[in-house]
Formats: sequence, C-alpha cells, structure tokens
Amino acid sequence: MQASLIHILPLTTITRERLLPVAGRVTARLNQKVSPTDVVAEAAWAREHVLIDVAGALRLSIPAADRLLRCKVGDNLPASAEVAVGRGLFPKTVRAPKEGKVIAAGGGQVLLETGETSLQLRAGLPGNVIEVVPERGVVIKTVGALIQGVWGNGRIETGVMVNLAEKPDGVLTSARLDVSMRGSIILGGMCKDAETLQAAAEVSVRGLILSSLFPSLLPLASKMRFPIMVTDGFGSLPMNSAAYRLLSTNAKREVTLNAEPYDRYTGARPEVIIPLPVTTEPASPQDAEEFAAGQTVRMRRPPSVGAIGTLITLRPGLTLLPSGLRAPAADVKMETGETVIVPLVNLEVVG
Amino acid sequence: MPVSLIEGDSLLAVDIGAATTRAVLFDVVEGQYRFVAAGHAPSTAEAPFKDVSEGVRNAIGYLQNVTGRVFLDTDRVLVTPSQPNGAGVDAFVATLSAGPTLRAVVVGLLADVSLESARRLTETVYARVVDSIGLNDPRRPDEVIDGLLTLHPDMVVVTGGTDGGASRSLQKILEPIGLASYLMPAEKRPSILFAGNQKMETEVKSMLGTLASSLHFSPNVRPSLETEDLEPAARELARLFVNVRKRQLKGVDVIDAWSSGHILPTGYATGRMMRYLSRVYGSAKGILSVDIGASGTLVAAGFKGKSTLGVYPQFGLGENLPGLLNHTTLENILRWSPLDISVGVLRDYLYQKSLYPSTIPATREDQAISQAIARECLHLSIQAARRDFPSNAASLNSRLLPLFDPILAGGGALSDSPTPGQSLLLLLDALQPVGVTTVILDQNNLLPILGAAAGRNNLLPVQVLDSGAFMSVGTVVSPAVQAAYGAQILRARLTYEDGTEARSELKFGTIEILPLPSGHGGTLTLQPAGHADVGFGPGRSGQIPVSGGALGVVFDGRGRPLDLPSDPVRRRELIKKWHWTLGG
Repeated sequence: MQASLIHILPLTTITRERLLPVAGRVTARLNQKVSPTDVVAEAAWAREHVLIDVAGALRLSIPAADRLLRCKVGDNLPASAEVAVGRGLFPKTVRAPKEGKVIAAGGGQVLLETGETSLQLRAGLPGNVIEVVPERGVVIKTVGALIQGVWGNGRIETGVMVNLAEKPDGVLTSARLDVSMRGSIILGGMCKDAETLQAAAEVSVRGLILSSLFPSLLPLASKMRFPIMVTDGFGSLPMNSAAYRLLSTNAKREVTLNAEPYDRYTGARPEVIIPLPVTTEPASPQDAEEFAAGQTVRMRRPPSVGAIGTLITLRPGLTLLPSGLRAPAADVKMETGETVIVPLVNLEVVG
Repeated sequence: MPVSLIEGDSLLAVDIGAATTRAVLFDVVEGQYRFVAAGHAPSTAEAPFKDVSEGVRNAIGYLQNVTGRVFLDTDRVLVTPSQPNGAGVDAFVATLSAGPTLRAVVVGLLADVSLESARRLTETVYARVVDSIGLNDPRRPDEVIDGLLTLHPDMVVVTGGTDGGASRSLQKILEPIGLASYLMPAEKRPSILFAGNQKMETEVKSMLGTLASSLHFSPNVRPSLETEDLEPAARELARLFVNVRKRQLKGVDVIDAWSSGHILPTGYATGRMMRYLSRVYGSAKGILSVDIGASGTLVAAGFKGKSTLGVYPQFGLGENLPGLLNHTTLENILRWSPLDISVGVLRDYLYQKSLYPSTIPATREDQAISQAIARECLHLSIQAARRDFPSNAASLNSRLLPLFDPILAGGGALSDSPTPGQSLLLLLDALQPVGVTTVILDQNNLLPILGAAAGRNNLLPVQVLDSGAFMSVGTVVSPAVQAAYGAQILRARLTYEDGTEARSELKFGTIEILPLPSGHGGTLTLQPAGHADVGFGPGRSGQIPVSGGALGVVFDGRGRPLDLPSDPVRRRELIKKWHWTLGG
C-alpha cells in the first residue's frame, strides 16, 4: 500500500518554486546564487476597480456613448480626467473619479484599475536559481536539513533559530519571550494562549516553530505578520521526536521558516530549511513510498498522535482494532519499546 | 431472447471518493446481472500521488486479485471491451466526489425565486456558495467585480427570467461577471452554467462565451414563475463539475476517456438512482438515501417520481470538519456520545481529523467521537434537505420527518461501522424516522455506481437491486409519540411465516427487537397506546407485512422528536443501553 510521506531529513537536496501570485517580472537570472532576502521577481497589481457607466451618465445609447469616449485601453488617467464629453451647447463631462489605468472600454462603459500596489518576491532561502519561470518566478535549489509541519500561516522569514523548548512536550509562554529574541526564529513547544502570540509580536520575533496550537488561536495566528509553523497538530501535542531532535540540535543556526499553508492537493507544506555546507550533493527526498518493514513512521491518529516508531511487520489481511473496525494494519515498535498495532491509513512515513 | 441491447456484457464501475476509491464488478450470472466483487484502495487525488487514476488502478488491481480476472494490461491501462481470453470488461463507468469543494457564485433575479433555484441546483454537486448576486444586490458593479476577483469562484450558476420574459435586468447582472472573468488569468476563470431565460442564449454567448473557462447551457430551471425543473440543469451542472475536476485533478481525464464520458459526480449519480427507484417502487411514502463520507453528506429523496438531492460538503467528515462549528456547537455533537468526552478533546479532534481525512478511529474513544460527529452531520443535513421536500409529502406531523420506506444508507461512516446495530442507531438518532420503514445498508456503496451504470445499461441496476447486493438491517417501527419515560406506548405481535408468534411491549424511552432473519417475512400487528401513531392514525391499530434483516424488527420507542436527557450521566447510560440492545 502506498504511504503518505512527511519529510524530516537531516541532509537533503531541496528544490523549491518561488512564484508570484500574478504575472510580473522575474529579476533573478538562471544559475544566480541568491540569499533569502534577495528579490527574485516583482509585480504590480490593482487592488480595486472602478466601472464608469458612460452611457448611463450621458443618457445615450451604447454606440453613441462609445463614440464619445476620450480614452482607450492602456491609458493612465489622473483623477478627474475626462473619460467622455457629451454633445450640445452645455455638454456634460464624465470624469475619472480617481487615478487609474483604463483596462476595458466599450459597451458604454469604462473600467479603470486603481490603487496599484507593488509586490516583491524574495528568494526566501539561500541557494542557486536552477530555473526561471517566465513572468512568475524561479526555482531554487539548496542543500540542508528539512523539517515539514502540518499547519502554517502563509508567511516566510529567515533568521537565527533560538531553542526555548527544553523538551518535546514543553509549553511556550509569554514569560519565556524577551527582547533578546528580537529577530530570531523561536523553537517553542505547545502554544496555549493568545498572550504568547502577542508577546512574540511585541518582541518582534521572526518566526515561531510550535509543536501544537490550540484551535481557538488559529484566527490570531493567521493574522500574525511573522511565520508560524505547527509541526504536529492541534491541542496539546508534543513535538514528534524526529523533528525535535533535528531542530534542537541545529539551534543557533540561520534557518528559513516557510509557513506555507498545507495544501493536500499540491503537496505544499509548511517547512523549516536549515542550509548546511556539503561537498557532495545529497539525494532529494522521495516523493512516494510503499509501506515496508524498517521504515520510520509517525502516528496520525490516537493513541499516541505524533509519536514516532519503526514499522516492524505489515499484517496480512484485515486486523480488528479496539474501535471495532477492521483495516489493513502494521505492528509498530514505538520509541518506548512498546509494540502497537496501527491501521496503515493512520501512519505516515518519515523520510 | 435478449432483454437488453448489451445483455451479457460485464461492467466495471469505480467510485472515486475523497478517502477511498472503490472498484465494483458486475456480470451476468445465471441470466441475471449480479454484483460480483468489490475492491478498494486509498484515493490518490492528493499529494504525493496527485493523480486519481493511480487509486483507480490500485482498486482495480485489488479486484483482479479477488476475482482472478485481468482488467488492466501490462501498462495498467483498462482492457475494454473484453477479450476472447477473458481479460477486460465490456463497459466502464465512474463516479467522483474527490477533490476540493468547488467555490460557486449563484446569480439570479429574485431572492426567493430564481436565486433559491440556483442555490438548490448548486447543492446537487460538491460546491459551496461563496456569493449570491441578485436584482436587489446593494453593491455597485465594480464592487461585485472586486468581490469576484477576491473569491475566485470555480463556477457561476446563472438562473433568472422566465422563458421569453424580460432580459435587461439579467444582462445588467451578468456584465460585472463577464468583466471579472476578463480580468482573471485564463486558467483561473470560472465555468459558467446558464439556466435562465432561454431567449438569452445568443446574448449570453456573446457576453461570456470567450470569458468563461467553459460555458454551459441548460433548459431554464424556472420556465415560469410557478414551475421549477432542476433535473436538466442538474445534468448539465454534473458535466460542468467533471470538466472543472479535469482541470483541477490529474487523472480525471484518463478515467473520463476510459468511461467514454460516463463519469458522474457521486451525488448526481445517487440522485439519478433515487429518481428511478421512486418511479419503480414509489408508494404513498417517499424513499430516502443518505450517504456520509469525507467529501460531504448526501441526502437524496424521491416522492412519487419527484426527487430532491442535496450534497452538503459543509457536513462532510474530512477536510471541512472545522467548519462544522459554523453550523452547530461542540455540546450538540457531544450529546450523541456514549463516553464522557470533553469539548476540548472534541475541538482538537475536528481540527486534527481535517488534516488527515482518510484516517480511521483506532480506539473506542476515537470511534465514539467519530460516530457522534457523523450523527450531527447527518442530522444537520436532513434538516437542510427538508427545506426542499415537497410540502405535500406524506407525514404524520409536519414537524417530523416525512414517511419514508425504504431508507438506504451508505458512505464510510455507515458502511464501515463495526456492527449493523451501530449503523442503525446512528441513522435512527440522526434522521428520526417515523412510522414503519425498512432500513437498507449499502455496504459496498453501490447506489451511486448503479446510478452511473444506468446510463450504459438500464437493466443492470434493476437486477442488481433485486439480487440482494444490499444488506437489509431490518424493519423499524418508530411511533410518533411523547410520553413519560417507561410508559407503555405500543404492543406488537409478529406472526412468522410458520404461524408462530413473538410479542413485544414497547415502553417510552426504550428500543426493542423481535428477531426476523433476512429472507424471511412476517405479519406485524401493532396496537399503539394513547395517541401514539405508527402510520395508521393516532392510537389506531393495524397490520402490515414485514421483511427480515440483520437485526429483525426494531421498535424505537424513544419518541419523536427524539429528546435526549439533559443530564449527561443519564444520557450516556441510555445511549450505552440502546447500543447494547442493538448488538453493541
């Protein structure tokens, strides 16, 4: 049976797309070496639109109104610019209500896009540009440790990682955060209150790596301007030992925290990338694997959500579970030495 | 003598769900179509696989192992038609519910008329209405444009205008939709279904033809103000849905090609089957089908040829679970649990399960939470579906569920229950049927598959339905009554085919069973006490023939509407007792 995979790897080759949400201009070049803060692409887009009903304002038919238009697609109009002027001794003038660019004209109407803003896309991770995606962005390759999570708030930052989680089931509280952590990415544990998130914002941390988050804090966490990644889930869950070990042993290194929301269809996940120097390029992570004995696996469902173990044997046929359900299952040896029976759909391979 | 143009042909059907893909083989056995075997595999719409055809191939591979027959060639391509060496199948159909919930914008003129029809139409596929644009919309056109650009709908369903009626108002509403589409990147433009004033087809084509990802037309859902006919538009919407999925999910195009276009949304296929059943088997009572899965909960009902279909992704057991709390409370969900579970544990469960929709409960507590959520989802779904049931549907009381017989139930939460008793209690709690009804469990989730198969072979569904491929749980008698706990509400006598008798005295608040095995029949004499009503009228007695099932004849004396004790300890004790009565 094919297995779901989560990547928690001490050394691997990581290839990531960095793309604009809209078409724009790519500023990075092929084979360029980039640092996380380098701008690789930029775009401008309008935040709002203004539809001017010329025919209605001049009380004319659509063809008559179209003949009186004084602007065309592509024109940049200042506020109050003439859009159309009527006929007669005292002609009525239709003006642009605000500055904008004409993007459609006809049918007795003119559509302006206004409030243009610019967007700069940063590399987000150090590495080499191995592909340029025209008008959209780049593909960057780097080498280092990779730790994926299950929830992210959509932001990305780079900074030095500070470990505030002495153990995998530690709780991050506001009292642990102080001004010395400004500009750092904090490895915390569980987060159970809004004060901790607010304190992190006040201290100006660059990011939070949490084992778990109370669901009630999701709206606030989503609004935070720094990236937040959750490694294991919601409620009071300790950090899985594989992620904790890898993160805590890399404390004080510069890391990239890309808290990209988990998208089960594209496979995008929030992740921490820890660039590491190498002489030879390690293998890229596997995209798919079949369940097999010897694999390191993580539980996705009670009991022991998030716990790491080793798959010992795949059981033949269907196995009766304590819930009363029957399903394909495996014997898994936990880190405590205990062996438990787990349905395969409740496991994901760590690798 | 052939009774079907393609008699003797084998048919392979697959149902691609959010969590599981099922492959089912039908073939002719002793001159009749039969359900032969089923195989299943995890669905592969999601990463890392990102190709639904992989899951289909795996499920067919499982079926090959079970049957010893070969359906896929060495390149894992379906062999069709069947070969002289026995490999392959003659026909292939598919149903699909996997994929993210579609974002839909509904457009119409009047809120209570065409917009309501558009809403009902949209509920026939796995979609969530994210915006509604009508004649009385207070927003300026440019605000509508910016709203659409933010929402990025996958589809727009346009209704409004009677055939040949005024078109100017609808044209004004469509203008910002066309402009918003024009501003979107070509690959992100919505598909549009126009199901309004038929005289506007040319006009709509010229306005939106080049701006929509795909533009579909169907007969008007409201040809006149008084008439609503959703079926032709629902058929076209089903096609639109598949087209959108082809863009979103790799592999759907492969399965569409294998099936020669006979791929349908699972909900639509179920609705088609229910329409057929209500025409063939329709009595004064309606027939009801429910399906609870990861993608959504589906309620299809038939009333003497008229049918309703509601697909509710917001009440699915998968990725949409956290959104369930927009419709109910944690306490409401926990009232169904036989175990003492805190609201915090439940809240965490909802969010955690949404991360991993395909996972299953491994512990007793996890199973109790899972079943409580399934009850609440089904309960909310039937409440939503009731809005669209015909007002003249037979019922004992307008506040209660209309009379249905039979009730067909499928979907992972029901078909994968450890025992038929657990499935039945879930159904009784959530639906609260009244009167006498037969409950049938669709353990292999055949109903949508038969609906899809009906498009290729109209004889197959009839013969498979009659072949016992579905599991009868039993006949359920649910008096409409409110009484003191322990008060006698019904006397029942079951006369078996051999003349022997069994009796039961039903007290309020209890569930009782009289055994009647599958394949056996009997006559049930019911004597309600007081004003209890089992369908013969308040307090009136009667006799009816009944058929057996896995549990026999089940008497649900808990009253309607079901009023669970507010004391949590007593409530949990009672729920455990009801579980135990139905076999644990």
